Amino acid sequence: MKELKVSAIKKGTVIDHIHSEEVFKVMDILKLEKHPEMTSIAINLGSKKMGKKAIIKIENKFLTKKEVDKIAIFCPTASLNIIKNYKVAEKTKVRLPETFENVIKCPNPNCITNHEEVDTQFRVIKKTPVLMKCHYCERIIDKDHFELVS
Amino acid sequence: MVFKDRDVISINDFSKDEILYVLKIAKNLEQNPKPLAKGKIMAPLFFEPSTRTRMSFIAAMERLEGEVDGFASSKITSVKKGETLWDTVKTVEKYTDLIVIRHPLEGAARLAAEASSKPVINAGDGANQHPTQTLLDLYTIWKTKGGLTNLKIGLLGDLKYGRTVHSLVTAMAHFNPKFTFISPEALKMPDSYLIMLDENKIQYTETEEILPAINDLDILYVTRIQKERFPDPIEYERYKGAYRITKNTLSSVKKDLKIMHPLPRVNEICKEVDNTGHAIYFEQAANGIPVREALIALVLGKIK
Ligand SMILES: [Zn+2]
Repeated sequence: MKELKVSAIKKGTVIDHIHSEEVFKVMDILKLEKHPEMTSIAINLGSKKMGKKAIIKIENKFLTKKEVDKIAIFCPTASLNIIKNYKVAEKTKVRLPETFENVIKCPNPNCITNHEEVDTQFRVIKKTPVLMKCHYCERIIDKDHFELVS
Repeated sequence: MVFKDRDVISINDFSKDEILYVLKIAKNLEQNPKPLAKGKIMAPLFFEPSTRTRMSFIAAMERLEGEVDGFASSKITSVKKGETLWDTVKTVEKYTDLIVIRHPLEGAARLAAEASSKPVINAGDGANQHPTQTLLDLYTIWKTKGGLTNLKIGLLGDLKYGRTVHSLVTAMAHFNPKFTFISPEALKMPDSYLIMLDENKIQYTETEEILPAINDLDILYVTRIQKERFPDPIEYERYKGAYRITKNTLSSVKKDLKIMHPLPRVNEICKEVDNTGHAIYFEQAANGIPVREALIALVLGKIK
């Protein structure tokens, strides 16, 4: 395995192949500023596939399905390495699920979901570039209008 | 095709065969009225006024010899005091066999359907959907042209914000039409619909001029251009005049061109057009009754 340029972690998760500008989004999704253990971030690393990429290594954290889904929306190229005892125990690419429940907010101010307490539901209708359709108001939205449910 | 207990929320939920089936049932009921809703109660939940749509649903229910629940409208009053749509529907469904909902917010009908164990028919949810309008538009075309396939259809007016034209374009896409979109540049058909048509290999042209675009059409669907859509009132005045259909505009159209309009009209179609034989907008409005009868009978499970 290629040596990574950021210090190794004993167990936890390494998020690889993300774009440098996506780092803040991942920090936001995973609430990393509140994570009690070490997180290291490297940006602008050379990458054959991506030109430049970023890596985030999080000590002692394993992601929930919902967290992985959120990363898939905002960082579709990301891959996840689960580290156990300094070794990669499992390596996966994020995959966009077909539907999202209560993950993103509907940007349409006239959508019922912004007026009543109801979980949002979105269906992915196109993967690249990603387009989603609101189950309620049927509005089709693109990545620039995705906003996470707080 | 199963219609019993089904909700009618969006034209996008209907397949081509289902659309044609509803039209066939509508025609049967128009020719032979049947008391298919006897002993059944419909609750019209209108969270915003729409007299025409409401009256059309009530007329449809009465023609099927069903009853209309007056209690439903009084429930709306408590909504104004802060009750959620969810709770209102949960209360009303206990007293009724069918809910018809009109609401200013988009997605309200879908949410109401999730709250209700009884079927819900969407009578308009904000700028989103009005499936009974779309089906009555299709019924009108089907009846007057003897089918829906291979027609040349022109849409005129506000194609950007017009819910009616978007739903009609989506539904007609099943039937290999040729579209002509006539609108001011600022009110063009949105790209998302043009992409959908490209993907389905459906031909369309876009123009700002009525003539000669309307001369080879089978159907011309006219919609209102609202003043509020224009930042510049002078521009509005210009289009208002240019897009007015008069007898003169129609001098070179096909003999069997039919002109539709969802009504109410303001001045898009001159009154002199009403008795030309091209006008079918009043018949179109009346077609709402058999179409709504068909949907009511189907979701109540009285027709299979
Ligand atoms: Zn929405």
